[in-house]
Amino acid sequence: MALAFDEYGRPFIILKEQEQKTRLSGLEAQKANISAGRAVSRILRTSLGPKGMDKMLQSPDGDVTITNDGATILEQMDVDNQIAKLMVELSRSQDYEIGDGTTGVVVMAGALLEQAERLLERGIHPIRIAEGYEMASRIAVEHLERIAQKFDFGPTNIEPLVQTCMTTLSSKIVNRCKRALAEISVKAVLSVADLERKDVNLDLIKVEGKVGGKLEDTELIYGITVDKDMSHPQMPKQIEDAKIAILTCPFEPPKPKTKHKVDIDTVEKFQTLRQQEQKYFDDMVQKCKDVGATLVICQWGFDDEANHLLMHQNLPAVRWVGGVELELIAIATGGRIVPRFQELTPEKLGRAGLVREKSFGTTKDKMLYIEHCANSRAVTIFIRGGNKMMIEETKRSIHDALCVARNLIRNNFIVYGGGAAEISCSIAVEAAADKYPGVEQYAIRAFADALDAVPVALAENSGLQPIETLSAVNSQQIKENNPHFGIDCNDVGTNDMCEQNVFETLIGKQQQILLATQVVKMILKIDDVISPSDY
Amino acid sequence: MAIEKILKDDASEEKGERARMASFVGAIAITDLVKTTLGPKGMDKILQSTGRGNEVTVTNDGATILKSLHIDNPAAKVLIDISKVQDDEVGDGTTSVVVLAGELLREAEKLVAAKIHPMTIISGYRMAAECARNALLQRVVDNKENAEKFKSDLMKIAMTTLSSKILSQDKEHFAQLAVDAVMRLKGSTNLEAIQIIKKPGGSLKDSFLDEGFILDKKIGLGQPKRIENAKILVANTAMDTDKVKIYGARVCVDSMSKVAEIEGAEKEKMREKVKKILGHGINCFVNRQLIYNFPEELFADAGILAIEHADFDGIERLALVTGGEIASTFDNPESVKLGHCKLIEEIMIGEDKLIHFSGVEMGQACTIVLRGASHHVLDEAERSLHDALCVLSQTVNDTRVLLGGGWPEMVMAKEVDELARKTPGKKSHAIEAFSRALVAIPTIIADNAGLDSADLVAKLRAEHHKEGCNAGIDVISGSVGDMAELGISEAFKVKQAVLLSATEAAEMILRVDEIITCAPRKREDRM
Repeated sequence: MALAFDEYGRPFIILKEQEQKTRLSGLEAQKANISAGRAVSRILRTSLGPKGMDKMLQSPDGDVTITNDGATILEQMDVDNQIAKLMVELSRSQDYEIGDGTTGVVVMAGALLEQAERLLERGIHPIRIAEGYEMASRIAVEHLERIAQKFDFGPTNIEPLVQTCMTTLSSKIVNRCKRALAEISVKAVLSVADLERKDVNLDLIKVEGKVGGKLEDTELIYGITVDKDMSHPQMPKQIEDAKIAILTCPFEPPKPKTKHKVDIDTVEKFQTLRQQEQKYFDDMVQKCKDVGATLVICQWGFDDEANHLLMHQNLPAVRWVGGVELELIAIATGGRIVPRFQELTPEKLGRAGLVREKSFGTTKDKMLYIEHCANSRAVTIFIRGGNKMMIEETKRSIHDALCVARNLIRNNFIVYGGGAAEISCSIAVEAAADKYPGVEQYAIRAFADALDAVPVALAENSGLQPIETLSAVNSQQIKENNPHFGIDCNDVGTNDMCEQNVFETLIGKQQQILLATQVVKMILKIDDVISPSDY
Repeated sequence: MAIEKILKDDASEEKGERARMASFVGAIAITDLVKTTLGPKGMDKILQSTGRGNEVTVTNDGATILKSLHIDNPAAKVLIDISKVQDDEVGDGTTSVVVLAGELLREAEKLVAAKIHPMTIISGYRMAAECARNALLQRVVDNKENAEKFKSDLMKIAMTTLSSKILSQDKEHFAQLAVDAVMRLKGSTNLEAIQIIKKPGGSLKDSFLDEGFILDKKIGLGQPKRIENAKILVANTAMDTDKVKIYGARVCVDSMSKVAEIEGAEKEKMREKVKKILGHGINCFVNRQLIYNFPEELFADAGILAIEHADFDGIERLALVTGGEIASTFDNPESVKLGHCKLIEEIMIGEDKLIHFSGVEMGQACTIVLRGASHHVLDEAERSLHDALCVLSQTVNDTRVLLGGGWPEMVMAKEVDELARKTPGKKSHAIEAFSRALVAIPTIIADNAGLDSADLVAKLRAEHHKEGCNAGIDVISGSVGDMAELGISEAFKVKQAVLLSATEAAEMILRVDEIITCAPRKREDRM
């Protein structure tokens, strides 16, 4: 196969060491790829929806993660297959772009691949299938826009946002107190959001977790928490109306970066150096005091002498604060990060209404709360929970909820969840399919079938009869021409997602369909897989 | 084409029933392991470390046992994790939380076998946990207002906690110690202020609480062994060679005489520093860092007691008890707050000399000196006492108290059973299972004590059917007894944490339907 002949009839080798490589080509390659892609999506399928199950992942180091977030599962899985890696990438890009629906997108791609396999068996060319999928995805996205509803919210009316976040959270382990967490997420996003520009900088929301307590104790702090305590045990634990000097220079003797040495050869020099050193410490502390700072936050460590001088001057200080936290503190308090003592001025100080130290549990665990900041636009979500895995999973869930809230602020159109949007799209695509002449028609129809995979998986996971339920909802949608009907996962008694308040963001859904189609197209176009065989 | 291998070599995947079974088996194995340590008649475990010296620990503390296990089963790791958290958060109930979670899973396994979906079980468990918590909340006793009663509550709690430990022989003695120590903290949960010194020798009964402060150090040579009305300067400063730290300085000379000069200057500097320290008008100087011979000599000349190399905690505690501040510069003697105490003297405990500060200003910190036959006994005694101290300090903040001896479990089980009867649908099975898991705890306590658990628990259940009953298992007499009369109490906070984290952990494990184990990281062979 990989052997060709030149014009004189001599053979030459195209593929080096060919006998050591395995090679799949044509239909076989496509089928192998499809089955790999489907295998990945099968893993995630059971995690979909409010009754979805979790996966337990053990890392190479033996740490255990329990999650049902698609992106996390795939990331932690030791995937070796190239096509499977593509699916992992797919879920990750959904995570980066939208933050939610990472499971759904993989399930969708898996369904598309499954349908494609059938078409391939019928002898339809993969490129035609890909083109058909492309057209169908365009129809679906347009249809989504049509059925999407604009919904209004404002700083005072956050209820719709909370409802949408609750939909996201309901599939996580934290659904016990989804209401509280959704409210926290929405409030956090709103407090950092720039409603005029419709932009949200999620970096301003810090999600911190500490093991212990219970999930209900999770709180939103309008300020920053730092996992540090005061440098000197006897400094005051609470400061009101703090003026904060944010320093990136250590309270230590200077060490010039250039190579240098100071030679001491006489007693006088020794004396002067000593005095200089003492003065230096005094100066440092005095400068902080002079500009009126009442709290010093420093990125580096303190010398014992400096520490005591600070204590002595009644100037509480925190040392070894990380760079990211330092920046957040600077943003929150409106201060400037000062790299040199000489550059300290009163204007560069940050302001905070209250700084306090809080201790937890029986171990000596302390955290510093900086609250009532001048610029209230940095917030912290402080999570408590029974164990480490719970905290990690809550962090991921909150991240999803934050992303959803952000997406709504960027684009306030919603579609209905519970599979309603997919079913409605499927109907629309099915109807549109008949208008296309040519082989693509089959591909478009297959796309419509694939769209049904999400509601089917939802129904399966909820313990309902998948086919019966789906066909019932399908006919109901067509009969009443109402795209609000979905799968009643929680056994509430109504199929109307509008009544159940199950919403998803429009851009999230659109992105899911587009991304899944793209990846499937890419996989379909591969017709030759060359890989080094095992030794 | 066969299904492609997706995961890397050595990585494994367990699905559905098999995954669930793997986690049930792991979790239940862990539970069975620690089960026998539960209750006042629980047995201890010997742990042998694989490290150098094969150290041996004898303990009955759930968290300590689980911490030292090397576990490969992911579900078992979850249980170990909750036990650790319980230890950090409330300090006690580390065994109970694992046992309860394990029993919940054991019941869940039966339900899953009876074809009830895990999600249904979870929602049933949630309802049951909420109901159980409310049941406890209704029955708590809060003696916050009445200091006298509250103190006796604390005493009871301490005795109950200690009764399952090695200290149970002298539990009254130790309970008194623990309560006294915690009461001195005045509501703070900073257990650092309570110092525990272990000295082998004597018997456990000889352990005592010292109102003052004991520092495990020797007094420098030629310095006074006893100081009355001491003024103490607590410092953290270099008293060895006080280097010039500026500008990367170094000494570079061209003749011997210059070296001598600089040495002289250095000495002079130290002398000045000592003089400054003396300028504070003190008669005791405690430093965190080393004190070299030269300054030590200077201190001895001035008749000052100098103590070197006190560890960091020691310094902080000392500063706390004497009311001084930790100083590092000595230029302004008038503004440094000195610590005071009535008497410093060297005391002997066993064979060791210790420095004893008594009559201190601020009574927050104190020292508990533990005596015992061997290191193992002392270590275990320290762990037990630590548990008691943790529970007490948490109780001081959350003063709600419950009865012990299986009473709370029976109360919860009764309420949960009621709920099961009222709930329609499959959930009701799960709720019932929850109540069975709760009853398992008194059953295990009775079993461990070698009693007829079936008979006892049935009697207990019958007793609890009456309103306002205080019945629990009296392990000593082997019958059902009135817990209020026997003075067996537990802190509400501990019970609540046990209930909530056990349910949370069980729920977490139940939700899993697939376990993916990555290939273990290859260790570089350095041999």
